[in-house]
Amino acid sequence: MANQSSAPKGAATGEAAVDEKILREMYRNVYATRQFELTCVTLYRQGLIRGYFHPYLGEEAIAAGACAAIGRDDYIVSTHRGHGHCISKGADLKLMMAEIVGRATGYCKGRGGSMHISSKLDNNLGANGIVGAGIPIATGAGLGIRVKGSRQVVIAFFSDGASNNGVFAESINLASVFQLPVIYMLENNHYAVSTPVECSAGDCNLANRGPAYGVPGVCIDGNDAEEVYLTTKQAVERARRGEGPTLIEAKTYRHGGHHVNDPGLYMDQEALASWKARDPVNLLRAKINDVSVKQIEAKVDAEVAEAVEFAKNSPEPSVEEFLASIADD
Amino acid sequence: MAELKYREALNRALFEEMRRDPLVFVMGEGIAERGGSYKVTEGLLKEFGPNRVIDTPIAEASFTGAGVGAALIGTRPVVEILFVDFTTLILDQIINQAAKYEFMSGGQGKVPMVLRTQGGAGNGLAGQHSQSLEALFYHIPGLKVVMPSTPYDALGLLKAAIRDDHPVIFIEHKLLYMTKGEVPAEEYVVSLGQADIKKPGEDVTVITYSYMTLKCLEAAHALEKEGIRAEVVDLRTLSPLDKKTLLESVSKTGRAVIVHEACKRGGVGADIAAMLMEEAYDELDGPVLRICGKNTTIPYNLELEKACVPSVAEIIAGVRTVL
Repeated sequence: MANQSSAPKGAATGEAAVDEKILREMYRNVYATRQFELTCVTLYRQGLIRGYFHPYLGEEAIAAGACAAIGRDDYIVSTHRGHGHCISKGADLKLMMAEIVGRATGYCKGRGGSMHISSKLDNNLGANGIVGAGIPIATGAGLGIRVKGSRQVVIAFFSDGASNNGVFAESINLASVFQLPVIYMLENNHYAVSTPVECSAGDCNLANRGPAYGVPGVCIDGNDAEEVYLTTKQAVERARRGEGPTLIEAKTYRHGGHHVNDPGLYMDQEALASWKARDPVNLLRAKINDVSVKQIEAKVDAEVAEAVEFAKNSPEPSVEEFLASIADD
Repeated sequence: MAELKYREALNRALFEEMRRDPLVFVMGEGIAERGGSYKVTEGLLKEFGPNRVIDTPIAEASFTGAGVGAALIGTRPVVEILFVDFTTLILDQIINQAAKYEFMSGGQGKVPMVLRTQGGAGNGLAGQHSQSLEALFYHIPGLKVVMPSTPYDALGLLKAAIRDDHPVIFIEHKLLYMTKGEVPAEEYVVSLGQADIKKPGEDVTVITYSYMTLKCLEAAHALEKEGIRAEVVDLRTLSPLDKKTLLESVSKTGRAVIVHEACKRGGVGADIAAMLMEEAYDELDGPVLRICGKNTTIPYNLELEKACVPSVAEIIAGVRTVL
């Protein structure tokens, strides 16, 4: 068995098949996610963010590449490690930050927080505190699309940990039977909380699970936004043609522990260093001209700063209004 | 007026709602070609086709979750779980997902899904096919729980449930499917959250729902011959609970007996009894009595099974004790 902890080879695409505009869009999203997450870590240390926060650091290219391959009208279902999905699907950083800080102006009025953030305007059906639970929901969005007869598609983001949950097997089978327009984007970051994928999966090549259900399974480098984009694009076109779901296993590596308070001491330091050497932000930055990079970064930096100010200056939700809203229940 | 069986009334509700709204669809195990174990979905496939009448694999957690996802994007799924006992397989999708989505999203999204299922003892189906699990769902904020006892209510409540923007757990009873009742030919809807006084009376309020309503009515008619006038209140919807009707009735009679088939311990009756103590203590002339299922797994043997759920005789005897 191949050593799953080592970094996979780069994209086999070779030619520059992705146009500049898409590269810039993806770079905006990987960079925005990186800066947003680093800022959240700071705010968490300052006590402004409470509860659990699971950073998407190191995995940014998957959300950015996948979301670049779909339209605003298409759906995504996210995970507990969901800030990157939310940003790449088009969320307003101000409303996101306000939600994560628990303010009344946030996407969910301070009722959801990091683990339950959603944004209806972007057709982001939301993050989830239950590992794997979003997979059947995404499948159902695919079913709803079929009932409505529209041409939309759904991307279900989930993890290697979730792929060992029963609902993954049930859902991908359901999508296969009904040929639903769902792209199963398995973010293999090599750890289910703290358990390495080698200790939780009988076959660590998780893309192999697709063919077992009659679904194509593709394994790609999840740190290469371009490869993620091109692979997702093919899967999306296939889904829009009515040919059914695709399973994409995007291999990546968390840059830290499971959540912000987990130092991740159990992680394989050598593998971590080799994955960090192939940082998704740096990999994509190298493909874009310096002028564009600077413009994008300056704009994002200002947006993140503005988001923090907006969140800090936003009111806390009113306890009285909240209690009144649940009085009849 | 026409006389319909309970299952025929449910079937008519599905036909009417699917004709009215192309976003309504049904899915479950063996519901399309076969028409469902109790024939509730019979004929739907022929009229509405496989896109809206969907046979699923035996994979309750995922197809219930699929109902949640489909509801989130604006369709109106009616998901059938063959036995309420099998809802143990779908509790994450119901409790953590469907019930909480609207709340946790700050109202951005809604889950207009109906989960149809059936429960109850009476057919010798033993421990995993005979339970009454409504208390599980009754306990969860964000869920509505409906348990009709008559064809009239079943039809009107199912239509209301499908039109409701929130997740509704709609629990039928396996012994009710073949029961008959008058149903108007014209269209009607029965609003959720409204109890129904199935038999008026002045001496004692008998609070019940689902199949036990039939037994309570039988008991009430027998008691009437002794001069005891029991008022039988059929909750129809457990959540939201129609406290107003209950409090008005208890204020009138001063005595309350709660009857349900589910286990007594932690049952819906315990909550209603506590509510009456809190909100109608001064109106009560004596303690509230609960007549409920035994705290046991339902046994296979028919005589043992019968001993687990309240009988008409037990209800009659119980009512006498509170007067």
